[in-house]
Amino acid sequence: MDKDIKVTLKVWRQRGPKEKGQFETYPMEIHQSVSFLEMLDILNERLVKEGKEPIVFDHDCREGICGMCSLYVNGHPHGPATGATTCQLYMRRFHDGETITIEPWRSAGFPVIRDLMVDRSAYDKIMQAGGFVSVNTGGVPDANAIPIPKKDADLAMDAAACIGCGACAAACKNGSAMLFVSAKVSQLALLPQGRVEAARRAKAMVAKMDELGFGNCTNTRACEMECPKNISVSNIARLNREFLKAKLKD
Amino acid sequence: MAEINSKIPQGPLAEKWTNYKAHQKLVNPANKRRLDIIVVGTGLAGASAAASLAEMGFNVLNFCIQDSPRRAHSIAAQGGINAAKNYQNDGDSVYRLFYDTIKGGDYRAREANVYRLAEVSNNIIDQCVAQGVPFAREYGGLLDNRSFGGAQVSRTFYARGQTGQQLLLGAYSALSRQIGKGKVKMYTRHEMLDVVLVDGRARGIITRNLITGKIERYAAHAVVVATGGYVNTFFLSTNAMASNGSAAWQCYKKGAYFANPCMVQIHPTCIPVKGDFQSKLTLMSESLRNDGRIWVPKKLEDAKALQAGTKKGKDIPEEDRDYYLERRYPAFGNLVPRDVASRAAKERCDAGYGVNNTGRAVFLDFSEAIGRLGKEVVKQKYGNLFDMYEEITDDNPYETPMMIYPALHYSMGGLWVDYELMTSIPGLFAIGEANFSDHGANRLGASALMQGLADGYFVLPYTIQNYLSDQIQVPRFSTDLPEFEEAEKHIQERINKLMNIKGKETVDSIHKRLGHIMWEHIGMARDEKGLQEAISMLKDLKKEFWSNVFIPGSGNDQNTELEKALRVADFLEIGELMARDALNRAESCGGHFRVEHQTEEGEALRHDDKFMYVACWQYQGEDKDPVMLKEDLNYQFVTPQTRNYKK
Repeated sequence: MDKDIKVTLKVWRQRGPKEKGQFETYPMEIHQSVSFLEMLDILNERLVKEGKEPIVFDHDCREGICGMCSLYVNGHPHGPATGATTCQLYMRRFHDGETITIEPWRSAGFPVIRDLMVDRSAYDKIMQAGGFVSVNTGGVPDANAIPIPKKDADLAMDAAACIGCGACAAACKNGSAMLFVSAKVSQLALLPQGRVEAARRAKAMVAKMDELGFGNCTNTRACEMECPKNISVSNIARLNREFLKAKLKD
Repeated sequence: MAEINSKIPQGPLAEKWTNYKAHQKLVNPANKRRLDIIVVGTGLAGASAAASLAEMGFNVLNFCIQDSPRRAHSIAAQGGINAAKNYQNDGDSVYRLFYDTIKGGDYRAREANVYRLAEVSNNIIDQCVAQGVPFAREYGGLLDNRSFGGAQVSRTFYARGQTGQQLLLGAYSALSRQIGKGKVKMYTRHEMLDVVLVDGRARGIITRNLITGKIERYAAHAVVVATGGYVNTFFLSTNAMASNGSAAWQCYKKGAYFANPCMVQIHPTCIPVKGDFQSKLTLMSESLRNDGRIWVPKKLEDAKALQAGTKKGKDIPEEDRDYYLERRYPAFGNLVPRDVASRAAKERCDAGYGVNNTGRAVFLDFSEAIGRLGKEVVKQKYGNLFDMYEEITDDNPYETPMMIYPALHYSMGGLWVDYELMTSIPGLFAIGEANFSDHGANRLGASALMQGLADGYFVLPYTIQNYLSDQIQVPRFSTDLPEFEEAEKHIQERINKLMNIKGKETVDSIHKRLGHIMWEHIGMARDEKGLQEAISMLKDLKKEFWSNVFIPGSGNDQNTELEKALRVADFLEIGELMARDALNRAESCGGHFRVEHQTEEGEALRHDDKFMYVACWQYQGEDKDPVMLKEDLNYQFVTPQTRNYKK
């Protein structure tokens, strides 16, 4: 049964990208049926009432799909639960007397903007380099013109479930964005509609990822462990295959 | 008094859109390059419009408040998207989709718009498949369908429980391609705070950069608002935390009509409210009603035991369960439209049959489906939703029935637009949930995605050309014009005023109180006295907000409390207009239920002789009552009937 617990929050506060940050400590009494972000709302409400500035963090849909929320909670991207985002985390995951450390993503690709908010526009830039099928609106064939084996459609959907939150790069000791890139490359390479441009796409997205300073993959699989949508590293294998095939043709 | 001209093309219903396209004015490719279009919002409507317009050759400036265009709240739509493909050979057609939508909207939508929507629905599915949207498929490799409320055919296409996400990522990928090509300039973390008119036409917007706090000016030949709905007025809703009505509200204050503001949708299957700290409500997809059965106990003593926690749902024997939707509506059963299902749940809970500790919940039970299909099949169909439910409630829905209750979900009302999706301000367009056009008094499930993408991919990119064709000689505007100067000054003053109140109440505490007033008086059941009380309470709350709110930090810097305050300032006024509209509409239709107007059986009672119109509200100035203009709805092709989901 859920009950009231006392926890101590150690939260990273940082005024701006160039300024030095530090941990601030906040004691909290909270009911375990409250969500993690609602706990931060309650804390912020308290800070505002004290005339202080609230803790800045990204959040929006609060149902685990928009990819806006982030946070390392006790060192884990999106906290201790597996297959869930921070907004889907509830205080029943924590026990009375626990100290909870809350930090922003720490990755070269995602500079801190303020407090717990980071800049993830690099992921958009990678998408703009090739994460699409080059079709214009209109003039496309009937949706059932090309049958697609259910197995392929399901695998494509598994990869397409990525929410672009950045937990993969944040979890990786090399700061690699391979899981993110491979999910999009896989989704589109598995479908006949995206197959046509598979080679060009793999090369363009990998080149952009390298250019933006993301690291390389050394198969530690931390990304897969921490991914809130359980995106599989087998997508990285598929990306490598697509990339190699493309390079061999050059 | 101004005339309302909806510009519906002549001719038979099925030929209107074809005729319009055949005779509308176009802009040639060389001239498109000289025209700039601002699109505000990157949800299904905004992203699809921005991408399509850029592909055609226009220069697009696209704005969103999130850190990436991929995060707009369309992404959270779970169940699916309707289209009249008739792939299932179950008798579907464009006409039937049109008819179901008109009927579902309780005959308060425009025939011509809805028919067009049904017509282009098939193109949407083709387009999305071409983009690589991984819709669910059958073993033969063809697309799968499921059924949704208010329909007797299976016409809903879906991608697991994440259809909105996949469609939005499709539109986002098309948008990304155009950003990469330089045809769309993307501004993330920018919030539109005003629309700028020059000589009566929309020529630009004022935004606040949410990172720097800087007020910025942008000019263009036309402005498209795709900023979604306003149900966060209620504080608790299924909308995302930052979803707001402010962009549309500023358009209203500049002269655009606001249509049918009282028409909001209350979704029947949400996780019940659990406490005061709660920040939002979570929707459980309507698709669950395909296999889940909704019930409460037949005996009041069982309900009391459930409320006290001494019994669980599974302790109530089959013969003591009241499957009230199946009982009241045998033909549609658990798949009645949302407004009907929501009211029926409220009726049972009001009568004391609620099943949780607050008495505000009913069961959604899968035990029959698990028995019929097996746990594995149920898991495959709804697994992610069940997991989500368990994570939030700490209850396992495979073993005990889910508990659900209605919650605010969608606004059918919005900015008034004509057939071309243009508001009453020339050059200002509204698409997606931000406009009022297609859903009448109630939206059917899986139709929001359809409308957003129809507007963005297939309607606006055509109709906006009819407006722009005589703008090709108009040079680009300077943002130094006095109109921009004035608008920026006005915003700056508003921000300064808010920052200088330095009162005692937090923004959220006032927003919560606003939500309580809305839910009590302008929620699922409305009456004259309650609405009048609500108007005066909202006026008082607005006064209190403007004299006692406290916002820490600075107005010229990143400030999340100020962002919320600017939105709540508008919600307070939107709430009042909703109450006014609900008071004026002395009938029940769709999501708008006036308790004085119901049948003996408790069904909504329309008064077609008096209210067969769209209520278009026109702003008259601060502290003045708005004026209501009527757009009469002339049904030429279907005969409005009493909605009947019983037989």
